[in-house]
Amino acid sequence: MSTVTLRDIHKRYTDVEVIKGIDLDINDQEFVVFVGPSGCGKSTLLRMIAGLEDISSGDLLIDGERVNDVPPDKRGLAMVFQTYALYPHMTVAENMAFSLRLAGMSKQQRLERAREVARTLQLEPLLNRKPKELSGGQRQRVAIGRALVRSPKVFLFDEPLSNLDAALRVQMRLELASLHDSLQATMIYVTHDQVEAMTLADKIVVLQGGIVEQVGSPLELYHHPRNLFVAGFIGSPKMNFLTVTVSAVNDSGTTVQLPGDASITIPVKPGSLSVGDRATLGIRPEHLKLDQTNPTLTGEVLVVERLGGETFLYVRIAGGDTLIVQTDGDNPSRMHDRALIRINGELCHLFDQNGESVPKSRRHHLTDESHEQQYQSRVSYQAE
Amino acid sequence: MSSSLTVERHPETRPPEQRTHRQVSTLPLVAPSVIALLLWMIVPLVMTIWFSFQRYNLLNPEAREFIGFGNFTFILSDPGFWISIGITILLVVSVLVITIGLGTLLAILFDQEFPGQGIARVLAISPFFVMPTVSALIWKNMLMHPVNGLFAQITRGLGLGAIDWFANFPLLAIIIIVSWEWLPFALLILLTAIQSLDHEQLEAAHMDGAKPLALFRFVMLPHLSRAIAVVAMIETIFFLTIFAEIFVTTGGGPGLATTNLAYYIFLKALLEFDVGGASAGGLIAVILANIVAIFLMRSVARNLDT
Ligand SMILES: Nc1ncnc2c1ncn2[C@@H]1O[C@H](COP(=O)(O)OP(=O)(O)OP(=O)(O)O)[C@@H](O)[C@H]1O
Ligand SMILES: [Mg+2]
Repeated sequence: MSTVTLRDIHKRYTDVEVIKGIDLDINDQEFVVFVGPSGCGKSTLLRMIAGLEDISSGDLLIDGERVNDVPPDKRGLAMVFQTYALYPHMTVAENMAFSLRLAGMSKQQRLERAREVARTLQLEPLLNRKPKELSGGQRQRVAIGRALVRSPKVFLFDEPLSNLDAALRVQMRLELASLHDSLQATMIYVTHDQVEAMTLADKIVVLQGGIVEQVGSPLELYHHPRNLFVAGFIGSPKMNFLTVTVSAVNDSGTTVQLPGDASITIPVKPGSLSVGDRATLGIRPEHLKLDQTNPTLTGEVLVVERLGGETFLYVRIAGGDTLIVQTDGDNPSRMHDRALIRINGELCHLFDQNGESVPKSRRHHLTDESHEQQYQSRVSYQAE
Repeated sequence: MSSSLTVERHPETRPPEQRTHRQVSTLPLVAPSVIALLLWMIVPLVMTIWFSFQRYNLLNPEAREFIGFGNFTFILSDPGFWISIGITILLVVSVLVITIGLGTLLAILFDQEFPGQGIARVLAISPFFVMPTVSALIWKNMLMHPVNGLFAQITRGLGLGAIDWFANFPLLAIIIIVSWEWLPFALLILLTAIQSLDHEQLEAAHMDGAKPLALFRFVMLPHLSRAIAVVAMIETIFFLTIFAEIFVTTGGGPGLATTNLAYYIFLKALLEFDVGGASAGGLIAVILANIVAIFLMRSVARNLDT
């Protein structure tokens, strides 16, 4: 069992507050990913959990015990740093066995343990090399091995793959996933890479400006973003946003007026919006369809980005907004073509004037209710 | 040391004719400075070598004659010479140990955040800008003087009496003065070295359970080893020829207690007016310095390697 609990955690430097009260429950064996824009406090939060940074106020519990004042090495955590932070003058084996050496384990025992771990990471042939004689991916693996050797309760990763090239990143991502599966350890992982977050996480924590915007499973965040920020942050390319006017509110959905006269009905619960309000409609590029027969909107193609398997069209619609439309790789559209776009109300998101999302009538079938509300927001947007 | 991964470097990959062309066109331009440098170095060296084989005493310049290795055998059989070599080694080694030891400690302290850090650093480094003669005078007359000196006043104030440093502990006094002068240099180099230490490495060691002592022993010291080697090399070169401090304070005495090689040669040349003997001593000093330098260069080069 190894759970991590954050209760109203704050971090203040002399003149700025960078973490502004974070509550979070991390369950045993969970893979939690912190994402957020640069400077939002991801690393700071991770380092506070690690014990490398003092906690200004609030409680940090590991396995139910308050560890605010416990030194880093006594918290039962291991951390993998972005720059790997290997000891350059020690061999791979010595690097991995260093913590055991400090703990007073005999040389033979600790090298045996290092070899054991090296075997699982395919590092055995490299045990006698120095870090500078390794490739980036191998260094990364040694850094992970150094964490593994200590059999920690919780693993912390701060953007561990960001220094690797794209191919290696994919490979290491898969290795991390299988590592998590085989170790059954709790892992906390900081990244700004969408794909890493979506693929690795059991639970994603979206941070912005030192507060938690939303906590949930990857699909929860994708299908039920709590506000405009999360909606725009999760998903690539970014979700399209259109300013709309509410024209009818029913139990079955809210009807909004799009730029250019069309109107669509979005199946959301009647909430804070009333007729005549301005609202924001969100629709992901992959949910927009080109449709010659029954279009909702028309516009002009400004740019065509062909990635081979898929094509992104940047379409300017009436009113001047630009929509990104994802179509398949065979789509023949060219610049300055007329694009006829169909919007399916089922797939749209609706946000009120404060940027909070209006809850949908039906939850996506892959996001079960139990995932929701593990996290109690301080800003409770659901008044119902 | 691993020999498995030595990468062969070929810096000269330019086509040869292009290189010779370049040499031809630049040679006349660099020639004047090369010639001046050569003259500057060669002429005194040749003259020293020449004099070292002569019986040449300025008190009796007429009696100048070639005597082969006479000067060398005379010096090498002079017990004073061997004493001066011993003192040179003692002086160099102890000042090295003091400056590097204290320098490392201070560098770690100065690397911490504390109020007034900037001023403290400037103060710590300032002794380096005081001329050796001046600092020796300050130490002699204001600090270590048995009557007026600050130390004597303090110890006397405590009822312990005064120490006559230059009479009772002359070599220690010199070591203290030279260490004071050179500590800033060691501190400066080691401080910059320590500041280049990757912070995450320290944090990783922290998470691995390293206490301050282990942190120093396993992370900082290995990181500093290169800088320490460089400091040791540069300081050795200067410490082999310490002169002003001895001249100003003890004059090599009492007896030969503070006569190092440089001072020994000075005594020979200027007090006994024995130019031949002084030249031979100088040559021996040059040879010794070169031997030391070769060893140092080796160890530093090896250090840079790993
Ligand atoms: N010592 C410090 N003093 C004052 N502010 C600091 C200090 N260290 C970090 N900050 C601030 O804290 C905020 C959060 O920093 P942090 O390193 O946690 O960001 P991050 O989310 O990890 O960003 P990135 O994705 O770029 O790594 C930043 O705005 C940063 O300027
Ligand atoms: Mg960061």
